[in-house]
Amino acid sequence: MAETTHIEEIKPPVTDVGVIGWLRQHLFNGLFNSIATILILGFLVKVMPQFIQWALIDSVWFTSGQACHQAEGACWSVITQNIRFTVFGYFPYEHQWRPLVAMIILVGMLVYSREWSRWNKRLGYAWIFSLFVMGLLMKGGLFGLVPVESTKWSGLPLTLLLSFFGILASYPLGVVLALGRQSQMPIIKALCVVYIEMIRGVPLITMLFMSSVMFPLFLPEGVTIDKVLRAQAAIILFTAAYIAEVVRGGLQAMDRGQYEAAESLGLNYFQMMRMIILPQALKIVIPPTVGILISAFKDTSLVVIIALYDILNTTKSILSEPEWTGFSTEAYMFIAMIYYICCFSMSQYSRRIEKQLEYKHTPNQEEKPS
Amino acid sequence: MSTEQNSSQSQSAEDKPIIEIIGMHKWFDDFHVLKDINLEVRPQEKIVVCGPSGSGKSTVIRCINRLEEHQRGQIIVNGTELTRDLKNIERVRTEVGMVFQHFNLFPHLTILDNLTVGPIWVRKMPKKEAEELAMHYLEIVKIPEQAQKYPGQVSGGQQQRVAIARSLCMKPKIMLFDEPTSALDPEMIKEVLDVMVDLANQGMTMIVVTHEMGFAKEVADRVIFMDFGEIVEENEPFQFFDNPQHERTKLFLSQIL
Ligand SMILES: Nc1ncnc2c1ncn2[C@@H]1O[C@H](COP(=O)(O)OP(=O)(O)OP(=O)(O)O)[C@@H](O)[C@H]1O
Ligand SMILES: [Mg+2]
Repeated sequence: MAETTHIEEIKPPVTDVGVIGWLRQHLFNGLFNSIATILILGFLVKVMPQFIQWALIDSVWFTSGQACHQAEGACWSVITQNIRFTVFGYFPYEHQWRPLVAMIILVGMLVYSREWSRWNKRLGYAWIFSLFVMGLLMKGGLFGLVPVESTKWSGLPLTLLLSFFGILASYPLGVVLALGRQSQMPIIKALCVVYIEMIRGVPLITMLFMSSVMFPLFLPEGVTIDKVLRAQAAIILFTAAYIAEVVRGGLQAMDRGQYEAAESLGLNYFQMMRMIILPQALKIVIPPTVGILISAFKDTSLVVIIALYDILNTTKSILSEPEWTGFSTEAYMFIAMIYYICCFSMSQYSRRIEKQLEYKHTPNQEEKPS
Repeated sequence: MSTEQNSSQSQSAEDKPIIEIIGMHKWFDDFHVLKDINLEVRPQEKIVVCGPSGSGKSTVIRCINRLEEHQRGQIIVNGTELTRDLKNIERVRTEVGMVFQHFNLFPHLTILDNLTVGPIWVRKMPKKEAEELAMHYLEIVKIPEQAQKYPGQVSGGQQQRVAIARSLCMKPKIMLFDEPTSALDPEMIKEVLDVMVDLANQGMTMIVVTHEMGFAKEVADRVIFMDFGEIVEENEPFQFFDNPQHERTKLFLSQIL
């Protein structure tokens, strides 16, 4: 008894706790880490003052392009003066509130839907309704809203549109393809394999090209399919093939015993997949899946090659105006920030989901070998 | 006389085997795992299957609920012959519960949900009713207090009892056990065997692959010994253990006892 209390009273050495402990553990943990820390510190000391001077102290914020050329520091004016074109592109100037509202609705709905506990029928209806409203705002033509051709959709709304529907549709399609590839039915299996391997053998740029140049040639005379829609389809079909392969990995990682237990309860194939196998398999592959979805998000910028003006392309066209040439660093930093915010939110959210789905166990009972 | 006839008729109806395996063979590719298996199990019978590792014990009972396909002979379960073009294998499986060596609980579901998933989705039972049923069987296996935990949070013995309860929730006519205690630490084996003995006493038809000789002697009507994919010997338990007929059986018993 006395002994245990005695032991409890001993404090860990000072070098293990507090500021020094933290520093030791996180920055100077071993020779390699110490060297890395010193190098990085040195680099920051050398670079940061210059960067701050350029970005904040000498910078100009709300001037014309001419004034920018005089300034020593960064020309943030390239963003502030062109913000509406950068964000909304060729959407008619006086109606640009419409995509703005649509984006706010989208982000609001996404943020609200982040908690699974809120997922119910009502939220489903709310989504259907908001999608309808967003479509209406973008397209117009009803309730006195002036119609806007989808060729005029550009900038951030286009990027978000392509990414949102790209991700939303490619995920379930990818899951179905993965299941198809594991199917006992040879024809279905072969179709899925051929599809997946063909798509994975082709770069997205080619798919986009085909969708915009070749695909219309096959359509009967007079039938046209919206260009944005075709690009959207290409992105979905492309991303789905990659999702399918990742999901297949998850399915293969499943213990056969899970299938057998589900089957021996009398669950049919769909019930087994839905209730038992997919919840576990999809959870295993959350990290690579999110990786693919994030790159799909970034790859939407490739629509530039079929002359769609996503936010990267609107920025480029501003930089090609004589007044603003030479300020690409500032402009691209802004775009990078927007992409970063979106991608970072996605990866943070996925980590949260992973945490929520973590199986609960008490560790010591797990260890025992069987 | 008519009453006599009646009783003999009902007698024969009761004696009609619930499982019939006739001249069954199975191959894994070229490997002949099961050779001419013949077995009849009547309702409420308890059969213990034993034999050396790799002798095909698991494969036999997995054929009974068609987790494995056989290639020759017949398997008739509860009046339905298992064939390749059987449309509704799920119906047969709901009549046959199976308990696995490694429990195979669904780790992403709570224990309660593990038990209700079958009744709700296969039996189309309302959720509330299914949960009452699940609690009933959790009480039978003596762990109602664990209902809200996840499988990973309870001990191996408890997990296996949950697995038994999960099968029972489907109200099966037959229960198959594939070495249900061999993945368990010794101190947990008894709690699982106790549940199985209770189940046997209540008249469940059971086929149990196990090397627990105490259990075999206590509940088995017949013990079957398999070796190299064949049924070598079949006898009532005391005869089987005390007076084995075949050399291979003697050798096996001398190794495990
Ligand atoms: N899916 C399979 N494919 C090929 N061979 C298999 C397969 N499953 C089992 N076998 C082989 O069939 C034989 C019988 O296996 P089975 O699992 O039925 O044996 P068992 O009697 O249950 O043994 P144990 O006591 O080790 O569980 C073994 O030799 C095994 O290697
Ligand atoms: Mg076995």
